[in-house]
Amino acid sequence: MSMVDEPLYPIAVLIDELKNDDIQLRLNSIRKLSTIARALGEERTRKELIPFLSENNDDDDEVLLAMAEELGVFIPYVGGLEYAHVLLPPLETLCTVEETCVRDKAVESLCRIGSQMRETDLVDWFIPLVKRLAAGEWFTARVSACGLFHIAYPSASEMLKAELRTIYSHLCQDDMPMVRRSASTNLGKFAATVEPAHLKTEIMQIFEDLTQDDQDSVRLLAVEGCAALGKLLEPQDCIAHILPVIVIFSQDKSWRVRYMVANQLYELCEAVGPEPTKTDLVPAYVRLLRDNEAEVRIAAAGKVTKFSRILSPELAVQHILPCVKELSSDSSQHVRSALASVIMGMAPVLGKDSTIDQLLPIFLSLLKDEFPDVRLNIISKLDQVNQVIGIDLLSQSLLPAIVELAEDRHWRVRLAIIEYIPLLASQLGVGFFDDKLGALCMQWLQDKVYSIREAAANNLKRLAEEFGPDWAMQHIVPQVLEMVNNPHYLYRMTILSAISLLAPVMGSEITCSKLLPVVVTLAKDRVANIRFNVAKVLQSFIPIVDQSVMEKTVRPCLVELAEDPDVDVRYFSKQALEAIDQVMMST
Amino acid sequence: MDDVAMTPEGLEWKFSQVFGERAAGEEVQEVDIISAIEFDKTGDHLATGDRGGRVVLFERTDKIDGGVHRRVLEAMDCSSSQHPEFHYKTEFQSHEPEFDYLKSLEIEEKINKIRWCQTANNAMFLLSTNDKTIKFWKVQEKKIKKVCNFNLDPPKPTINGFVTTSNAPTSFKTCFTNGGSNDNPLNFRNNNISLRGLTSLHLPTVTSHETSLLARCRKTYAHAHDYHINSISNNSDCETFISADDLRINLWNLEISSQSFNIVDKKPANMEDLTEVITSAEFHPSHCNMLAYSSSKGSIRLIDLRQSALCDTHSKLLVFEEHEAPGSKSFFSDIISSISDIKFSKGGRYILSRDYMTLKMWDINMGSGPVATFQVHEHLRPKLCDLYENDAIFDKFECCLSGDGQRVATGSYSHLFRVFGCSEGSTEATTLEATKNPTRRQVQTPPRFLRSPGGSDDVNGNSFDLTTKLLHLACHPSENSIACAASNSLYMYYA
Repeated sequence: MSMVDEPLYPIAVLIDELKNDDIQLRLNSIRKLSTIARALGEERTRKELIPFLSENNDDDDEVLLAMAEELGVFIPYVGGLEYAHVLLPPLETLCTVEETCVRDKAVESLCRIGSQMRETDLVDWFIPLVKRLAAGEWFTARVSACGLFHIAYPSASEMLKAELRTIYSHLCQDDMPMVRRSASTNLGKFAATVEPAHLKTEIMQIFEDLTQDDQDSVRLLAVEGCAALGKLLEPQDCIAHILPVIVIFSQDKSWRVRYMVANQLYELCEAVGPEPTKTDLVPAYVRLLRDNEAEVRIAAAGKVTKFSRILSPELAVQHILPCVKELSSDSSQHVRSALASVIMGMAPVLGKDSTIDQLLPIFLSLLKDEFPDVRLNIISKLDQVNQVIGIDLLSQSLLPAIVELAEDRHWRVRLAIIEYIPLLASQLGVGFFDDKLGALCMQWLQDKVYSIREAAANNLKRLAEEFGPDWAMQHIVPQVLEMVNNPHYLYRMTILSAISLLAPVMGSEITCSKLLPVVVTLAKDRVANIRFNVAKVLQSFIPIVDQSVMEKTVRPCLVELAEDPDVDVRYFSKQALEAIDQVMMST
Repeated sequence: MDDVAMTPEGLEWKFSQVFGERAAGEEVQEVDIISAIEFDKTGDHLATGDRGGRVVLFERTDKIDGGVHRRVLEAMDCSSSQHPEFHYKTEFQSHEPEFDYLKSLEIEEKINKIRWCQTANNAMFLLSTNDKTIKFWKVQEKKIKKVCNFNLDPPKPTINGFVTTSNAPTSFKTCFTNGGSNDNPLNFRNNNISLRGLTSLHLPTVTSHETSLLARCRKTYAHAHDYHINSISNNSDCETFISADDLRINLWNLEISSQSFNIVDKKPANMEDLTEVITSAEFHPSHCNMLAYSSSKGSIRLIDLRQSALCDTHSKLLVFEEHEAPGSKSFFSDIISSISDIKFSKGGRYILSRDYMTLKMWDINMGSGPVATFQVHEHLRPKLCDLYENDAIFDKFECCLSGDGQRVATGSYSHLFRVFGCSEGSTEATTLEATKNPTRRQVQTPPRFLRSPGGSDDVNGNSFDLTTKLLHLACHPSENSIACAASNSLYMYYA
């Protein structure tokens, strides 16, 4: 080892491990490629390391993926922008591998490098690379090429630009559907760089061809292009070229295409302006809300609020609301669930009167839905309605819904409702909470499922934060402390954890007077698990209680526990004692 | 080829090759029995799967010299002497026996189906499945690399992971050519700046001489089937494929192995109401939205994935069923009408189906009845009772269509298979035996020694041997060539 200088030794190891048999070591070396490059210097990196990487690229996908990522930020290590082009060859090869994620990463890195390269270098190096890939023998190269045009195009000469456009249109007609899909996906990005004159002619022609592709998977992606292209075009061109396409798509034979339209439609509204929205897009959207296929209705229902926001309240009431009513009793629970997750957002759009007249009945019926997800989704967005009409109108229906969810036999449902209790508490106010929900919160502390008990303890802490220590002193602490004598040690454990969570919120005084005595009592528990948790809780009290209490109560208790027959109890109490000593020393 | 016109009775099928031929008296190992055969799209590769979970690949050799050579030969009218010739390429263990602890079920390693996927970068891709798990394989030539000239000497020279020699220290000195580091260690300490250090770092040298074929499992699509998978089929979009078990068909994205979509669900709420199971499923060769599946009741359903996400209820495009005359119904009618395999023709216009007694050709535009029916082994009809008793009646024979759509083929018992002409007016019907002399049966009376204890003669003196069934066969996609599996042997014929 003495042959190699010490600081170089780790680098030498890294370099050697580029070719180690263990993939983890190779991966590690590739991740530290910049370290290697810095040690080699810019020139040797260019002349040795990069060619070395170009040649040795039949590695595992994970290694190639890492390499593709590292090379994307490698410009500083090869000598700056001037030499950025030396990074292209290894990435070009990575653009042709079969693994999609490696190719995608290589394309991403090429784009990153290309967007920094000097214009002349782009013409000399980058554009030829794009052309080579686009003419690649295997589809993998051609797929990658599609993602690079938007970088190459702006700096090309007029002639070259025309050529690039032609190449792209060929890619859109490639025999392999993967290439057409890639061309379709990237069309929006490419179109954004193309001059308006060509946009209207050539790009729109390409787009039109894609929208009529035999393969559903290609047409699907063309739908995404609609919104992207729509934003690039002047409103009148958008109305002339994109609008008819999207209207046709909204009635496509394939439900997957209609599903995409349902997801994208609202984005197009802005591009075409209010009038065509009213005459064409609203009817199209209404059709999708009433689609035969549940998947399409799910997608459409999920956009109800976003779509309504774009429309005037009158239009929303007139056209969308009737559909919403129908959807609220849809045969598919997933449609109702999707609706429930967004419908509360319509309240601010419609205003108070319409909300009370029209939406409220729907909320109420969804709150009684047989499917718990639907009810949960309504409850989770309660604040949005509260701002518009206040909670009173809902509260009568809310309570049964909450109680039912709180006692649902699926613990995940119970868990979900517990998560919303602080939100509910803040919306419903102290009074309502005390009357109706307080008991539930205590009940969860004794749930059969640990996750529920854990969430219940946490919930108490959040409630104490919401309503303040005084309230908690009245409504939480006594009830919690009462349960400390539960015969089941797991429930006592829950109480212990609730105490440790509450203590910081309640502050020093209450902790010392109310919580600490209970914890100290538990130090005598017959179950060792409780005792060592007492030690942990006492440790967590250190920043809360003042020094005198510490010396008078906490330390003696811990000292006693440190002599416990159980090894874990001794361990944790010793840790706590050490922590106390540290605090003492520092003060 | 002109042959068709010249010999109206049909092609003269000749033996071309056999792999894994059994010597006389040699016992067949269960694991060696071939359970799947599939040509790739070009016909240059052939894959077989066996009960031992292995996949064996064969590659065409007569084209390897390059297309030009072949074209020259054809121009010289020598093509008649040319017939597809394959050689063993590689094999790999695709599936291993497993045990499902939750259901307390053994999962056999037997390969049920193989499907070739799109080739990329000279690597071959294929899907293989056993009863439960589908795997996506990549088979590629890998260079055998030799790495030397490390900076530090610890790693021994390796060839793709295998340590070759252990006599390292002396032989390695030679590798340290541009290191120059053993001259003067002090020198470094004095000038411990990067410039001096740089000269002592170098990249390892990688040399490669030979290549070897390497099969790697890229994806495993598991835990999606409660019942046994009977089919897998690629979509023309090169992005998705389906897998079908007895009651459900799932749609997968090739790149995503963690989830699949259920597109057909035939499972009744109460399993006692179960009346039919899915026996086979296949995508249309060019319409990405169409797929056909067959059932044990003898029907084929053509469904459109565009109509609905779940395609089992109302979105049937067409149901193909032949309605039997009421009088002809017998106890066995239902059993023998169960379809064991379906295949789309190359253009997708026709579907070929195989039930126990017949091959049927259907036009996808006409559901009322098949456009052609071929009797495969009508002489067995009086024996159905025996066949039922020994379960042979449930044997699942595959069928295939030639690339030009002119012929169909399927297997039978006694290692026989039949080829029928299916073009308009063709009467071609050939019986061949999977041996080196495929036509001997037709000329000679069946030799006695061929019969095993399970076999028997029917009234016409035709013998059949139920233990030697020919279930799996495949037609070459562009030439008149058939590969078929006779237990552990792969026989290839051409015409």
